[in-house]
Amino acid sequence: MSTPALELVGIHKGFGRTEIIRGVDLAMPRGERHAIIGPNGAGKSTLFNLVSGRLKPSAGAIRLDGVDVTGARPQEMNRRGLARSFQITNIFPRLSVWENVRCAVLGSRPYKYSFWHGVKSLAEVRERTEHILHEINLIGRRDTPAGVLTYAEQRALEIAITIAGGAGIILLDEPTAGMSRREAEHAVALIRKISEGRTLVMIEHDMSVVFDLADRISVLVYGQVIASDVPARIKANAAVQQAYLGTAAA
Amino acid sequence: MTEAAGQVGNQIAASRPAAPAGSWIAALWRHAIWLIAALVFACLPLLFRSGTALTMMSLMGIMIIFALSYNMLLGQTGLLSFGHAVYYGLGAFFVVHAMNAIIRAKLPIPLPVMPLLGGIAGLAFAIIFGSVSTRRGGTAFAMISLGLAELVASSSLILRGFFGGEEGITTNRTRLLRVFDWNFGPQIQVYYLIAAWCLICMIAMYALTRTPFGRMCNAVRENPERIEFIGCSRTFVRFLAFCLAGFFAGVAGALAAINFEIVNASYVGLQQSGIVLLAAYIGGTGHFIGPALGAILVTYLQIMLSDVTEIWQLYFGLMFIAVVMFAPGGLAGLLMMHAPLLRARVLRLLAVPYVLLGAAASIVGVGAIVIVELTHRLVVKTTEGTVMHLFGISINAAAAGPWLIAAVLTAGGALLMRAAWPMAAHAFSDATAAVQTGERS
Repeated sequence: MSTPALELVGIHKGFGRTEIIRGVDLAMPRGERHAIIGPNGAGKSTLFNLVSGRLKPSAGAIRLDGVDVTGARPQEMNRRGLARSFQITNIFPRLSVWENVRCAVLGSRPYKYSFWHGVKSLAEVRERTEHILHEINLIGRRDTPAGVLTYAEQRALEIAITIAGGAGIILLDEPTAGMSRREAEHAVALIRKISEGRTLVMIEHDMSVVFDLADRISVLVYGQVIASDVPARIKANAAVQQAYLGTAAA
Repeated sequence: MTEAAGQVGNQIAASRPAAPAGSWIAALWRHAIWLIAALVFACLPLLFRSGTALTMMSLMGIMIIFALSYNMLLGQTGLLSFGHAVYYGLGAFFVVHAMNAIIRAKLPIPLPVMPLLGGIAGLAFAIIFGSVSTRRGGTAFAMISLGLAELVASSSLILRGFFGGEEGITTNRTRLLRVFDWNFGPQIQVYYLIAAWCLICMIAMYALTRTPFGRMCNAVRENPERIEFIGCSRTFVRFLAFCLAGFFAGVAGALAAINFEIVNASYVGLQQSGIVLLAAYIGGTGHFIGPALGAILVTYLQIMLSDVTEIWQLYFGLMFIAVVMFAPGGLAGLLMMHAPLLRARVLRLLAVPYVLLGAAASIVGVGAIVIVELTHRLVVKTTEGTVMHLFGISINAAAAGPWLIAAVLTAGGALLMRAAWPMAAHAFSDATAAVQTGERS
């Protein structure tokens, strides 16, 4: 079997005496769409914060393409090809949609700190920004300040910023949270499109989205993965039903 | 209401279609602005010939560079510094020492390149101090900048050899290598030196805002957390901005040293750091040109007000408070708010309410000034008697009449303002709405 794109080995994370993540082992093969589900407070967002470098694990190892990156800072994780979105929209509110995406494109380029290039003269950056905006259907809003977009548009922009740098591993934290049925359907189509050829890990509460998109599902309960399998078998798993889906799914 | 109005203005600005990049007309226009600026700088001394005007314009040029460099931190990168004068002042001291050394050694170095040296000194100290202070943003950065400013200000009184103690260090700008037979003795020659450097620095700082680095500065200002997750180091962006701001502050300090031929501890002092903050904020930190406008206004008031009244700093403070409360976008913010209306030629709709508002504000202003000056005379200048001159009128500060009139003016003006403010706000939103519907149809 080839090296997994993302591998977590025995990850622990505690805050003071409280252990939030209590030994997580996961391996995500390249190109997989992987969903992490679990009840509130299970540690899903903490896990994302660990993987994206926002927090450092108390114990365990994180590997990207087999390279140990445990404890690396967010910008290093990003440079190594891992990008994440946030559950609470985290964009540049007073910059235009165009600037938001262009900054994210620039962030992955060697001349990101250059003060001798005119930013408009960088054709490659412009083309990439345009391409991303077309992909997420925000090209018509390119000059609008991001802060005045509708909620669904901001969520799309959040994804655009995440994928703009061309990372191979995309972490999406509840991409459809707070959306209407219709909006969520659009978002799923969008995520399907942008995750083509990439490794996708997403936290999601909406089960229809999860079962629609994911190749594999991991169930996180009290900081431990109690099951990690294909959707059909997760549905049938008794432990999952008891811990998470409850009687309704039984 | 101003904030809401500002937002509307921003939306209009944003909804305007962007000029096609690379279009030769746009390119020419961009450069035409600098050509016009160069022409204005060149012609100003022909319009304002007096010695006072020449000195004032020289100081304005220096302050423009200083305030724009400060805005690289505050406006562009979101770093509130209380110690920007450190780099201005150290640039000035290094240049004075360098000039004296050049004169002693008779080196063939002309005066016009000295600001570059000041810039390098500012840059060097920004690298040293910035490597500590830019590790954090927000309040921590502001506090560290204050601490460093205090450190340098107090060492300026201890290290007398370098800072020259109370008297400061003097130099003679005319004794360096001559260029084109200019010895830079007359103020007009110094003015042109300052104007040239001012133009160069303005162009350079404007160009910086249009580079990837400049855009990253804006992103760090807007959301310092997210920037890390798109592969950038906010610490490095802040550090770089700090270094470049230090460079331009050093250039400004060097020009000040050349202009005055004396540098003392006040150059690195907290008051100098405060003035540049005021200038940038009053002018407006949200637009590139804002701090330059602020620099012009603040320099003008500094010179004119200090001639008229001893307590000009009080008025300065009051003006700053008024800007923070009523026009947080500063002068540039107000201008930009009205730019779409000007383009659509509907500005005249605002004339009447604005004149009313202006008149009401003037009445409040006059009343407040009279109260302040009367109080100052009675409380501070007790030895000079109670009779004083104000607005060309002889007034007895001990009598009840002037106080009563001042109180009526202030209160009445305030009431008028309360009535005129909503009128102005309505007129503005009506005009804005008219522009928007006009654009859609």
